[in-house]
Amino acid sequence: MASRGIRDRVAIVGMGCTNFGEHWDQGVDDMLIRSTGDAMASAGVTRDDIDAYWLGTMGSGTSGLTLSRVLRLEHKPVTRLENMCATGSEALRNACYAVASGAFDMAMAVGVEKLKDSGFSGLVSAPLPGDGTLPEVTAPAKFSLLAPAYAKRYGVDEAELKEVLTRIAWKNHYNGARNSRAQFRKEVSKETIAKATPIAGMLGVFDCSGVSDGSAAAIVVRAEDAHRYTDQPIYVKGLSFVAGPAKGNIDPGYDFTTFPEVVAAARDAYSQAGVEDPRAELAMAEVHDCFTPTELVLMEDLGFAERGFGWKEVLAGTYDLDGELPVNPDGGLKAFGHPIGASGLRMMFECWLQLRGEAPEERRIASLERGRKLALTHNLGGQPGECVSFVSVVGTEPAE
Amino acid sequence: MTPLVAYGAYLPRHRLKRSEIGAVLGGGGGKGTRAVAGYDEDPTSMAVEAGRSVLAACGGDVSVQRLLYATASPPYLDKTNANTIHAALRLDPAALAVDMVGSVRSGVGALLVGAEAAVPTLVTLADIRTGLPGGADERDGGDAAAAFVFAPEGPALAELVAHASATEEFLDRWRLPGAPASRVWEERFGEHAYLPLADAAFAAALKQAGLTPAEVDVLAVAGTHGRAVKAFAGSAGVKRVADDLSSTVGNTGTAHPGLLLARVLDEAEPGQTVVLVVLADGATAMVFRVGEAISTYRRATTVDAQVALGDDSLRYTDFLTWRGQLAKEPPRRPDPVGPAAPPSLRSVRYKYGFVGHRCEECGTVHLPAVRVCVNCKATDRMVEVPMADRLGTVATFTIDHLAFSPSPPVINVVVDFDGGGRFSCELTDADPGQVAIGDRVEMTFRRIVTAGGIHNYFWKARPVGAGASDGARPVAAAAREEA
Repeated sequence: MASRGIRDRVAIVGMGCTNFGEHWDQGVDDMLIRSTGDAMASAGVTRDDIDAYWLGTMGSGTSGLTLSRVLRLEHKPVTRLENMCATGSEALRNACYAVASGAFDMAMAVGVEKLKDSGFSGLVSAPLPGDGTLPEVTAPAKFSLLAPAYAKRYGVDEAELKEVLTRIAWKNHYNGARNSRAQFRKEVSKETIAKATPIAGMLGVFDCSGVSDGSAAAIVVRAEDAHRYTDQPIYVKGLSFVAGPAKGNIDPGYDFTTFPEVVAAARDAYSQAGVEDPRAELAMAEVHDCFTPTELVLMEDLGFAERGFGWKEVLAGTYDLDGELPVNPDGGLKAFGHPIGASGLRMMFECWLQLRGEAPEERRIASLERGRKLALTHNLGGQPGECVSFVSVVGTEPAE
Repeated sequence: MTPLVAYGAYLPRHRLKRSEIGAVLGGGGGKGTRAVAGYDEDPTSMAVEAGRSVLAACGGDVSVQRLLYATASPPYLDKTNANTIHAALRLDPAALAVDMVGSVRSGVGALLVGAEAAVPTLVTLADIRTGLPGGADERDGGDAAAAFVFAPEGPALAELVAHASATEEFLDRWRLPGAPASRVWEERFGEHAYLPLADAAFAAALKQAGLTPAEVDVLAVAGTHGRAVKAFAGSAGVKRVADDLSSTVGNTGTAHPGLLLARVLDEAEPGQTVVLVVLADGATAMVFRVGEAISTYRRATTVDAQVALGDDSLRYTDFLTWRGQLAKEPPRRPDPVGPAAPPSLRSVRYKYGFVGHRCEECGTVHLPAVRVCVNCKATDRMVEVPMADRLGTVATFTIDHLAFSPSPPVINVVVDFDGGGRFSCELTDADPGQVAIGDRVEMTFRRIVTAGGIHNYFWKARPVGAGASDGARPVAAAAREEA
């Protein structure tokens, strides 16, 4: 029994991504047409060339008909799937496995979410009938538990930790200001971030990701076929997805300073991809910065910093655009926005742009010039102590 | 008659200063405070808290076979409210649970039935009393619960030696079903109607007991008509009339006879004669003789101690919101969803009784009560472990400004229980600015929300020492349950 992965057996040859934001003038259909159309155009293919589809959405549609009805697909397999905030990445993972298995020559992964039609603020999900014993805790409150726990465990003064969290938000807004597709395209001063309306615990409104609409898509083929469609395919090196045992809220041993699910998914993905020192090998990472303390903890869980030192690396600028390992160069969930089903593929879209040298000059990462050729995407869904997590490693070089 | 073997009262933490009413409405208000049930409390949840304290005092020596629940403000009609209390107290499934609801007189009726019961009987009395803004009922009312256990085997803290009633049909106070407040006839008429009834019941009870008024050690008078209560107490000719708690707690309606009796018993000595007179659509007088066991009774916190624990920082506008009389703009979020019936029945031991599971293989304690161990993965190797009376420590917490609450912000805590087990929930009866990792907490039964026409009862944490219990009590009770 082993997780063997499909290193270098498939490649991404086309991608599309809509602008993210409050799309009052676009429905799910409009966004799907845009993202899939752009992806097909970038690979130079039509819907007739694509053999199978994986559609990820948390709540903007059910069944494959959500896509087939829009694109008028003629009797193609379309799978609709959901895995919380990792939904978009799950669509990609399943499409990649389908191609690697030999079942299909070409598959599309597409993610979409329409959050702004509900009339409510924040995320809304249809509750299952229950016994009324689950606490109604907001997402920022759940993730805010990370901050005091981290401060306590590593002896960081809470004021200093607030500075760290503020710098994470500031960096992602700085990057988002250089991204025409992002929901928030303005830099925000550290002072404004730090003084913002309190939401939960140490978190202010600028510590939270944007609620938005959007869609992103990728086309996957066998690695040996990749050059038929593009000169610069992105090869899939490792794909890992794990669901945790959900014990953090039962087990007093859990201390809210780590996501064990992320550690497990990263270990698996690095092993598949042959990555030994992620901090030294990766050119960039797109991580699930749903709230600023999440990004801090992820730096350690993904191996980008030693335990207890992530906060110092943040302050030192290690993860800035021009830092040693740029994190969320597109602005992340924080500034790009977080349409749940689309986010995982949006992250891959930034890897696609950066690794192929297509990112705009003003947000191009410096690490590529140092010869780095790998990128990472990461999602998590749920809450500290009880989540699912996805990690991928992709790169520009085919199998050796 | 059947000996009284345990008693206790529950006062909610909040007090409204009557001057706050005047400050907002202009003029009026008055002196002193009234007790106010929290936004997450109702008569049933308060009756559970009072019931917990008396069962803990019984120490497992009494197997309650009947539960009576009296309130003038039942959270449910048609459905038996006492079953919620029965479930939360984990009473014997064979025990009968019945409501005596709708009018204040139910309270003294439940006490009498309990005192004459042939089987161990738990009597719970609870009420939330209010009226329209600016009115006397709002100002003079109070919220509380009391509980009593009568058991044939004793030992007697007190015994009912005589009682008498006088019943008359007249219109003094009434409310149509669904009306927001009660109505009352002209005050002097009620006094005219009540006084002869009170005199008659009091005289008849004393005659049965072979006593004169001068031989009564303490007289406690509760009733729905303040002026008649005062007039009767003043003319009864006894040595001592107990404080009616009107300046601190207010008139707690159905619960008030129980609250006053509990307070008198807190200070009673063996051999004393205590008379309780209740004026509510008639009059009833109950003559108690205090027993030897009172000197060794292991009380939860006394009524006076609970009065002293009151927090009078409540704003009048919050009081109005909590009682549904000042609707605030809700957050832009979907309406909460009520619990569904089948899952609530499947988890009834956990949801109402807060019974967790402990893995027999490795000892890990689980909340909720799951089937597969998070530690050793053993399946169906669980034994039940009652957690309601365990104390815990705040492992971490957060203040949620976004979540909807009638009393924002919401405090969420992760609690690690003494003896194992972790649980995340809301911390109630607490000041957001005072919460810290390491704080000691205890569990309390609350009405979490009412949604879709269904009351959702479940448990929350609260700081140890915030209210009725004294911290030491739950530990002792938990130790017994473990044994």
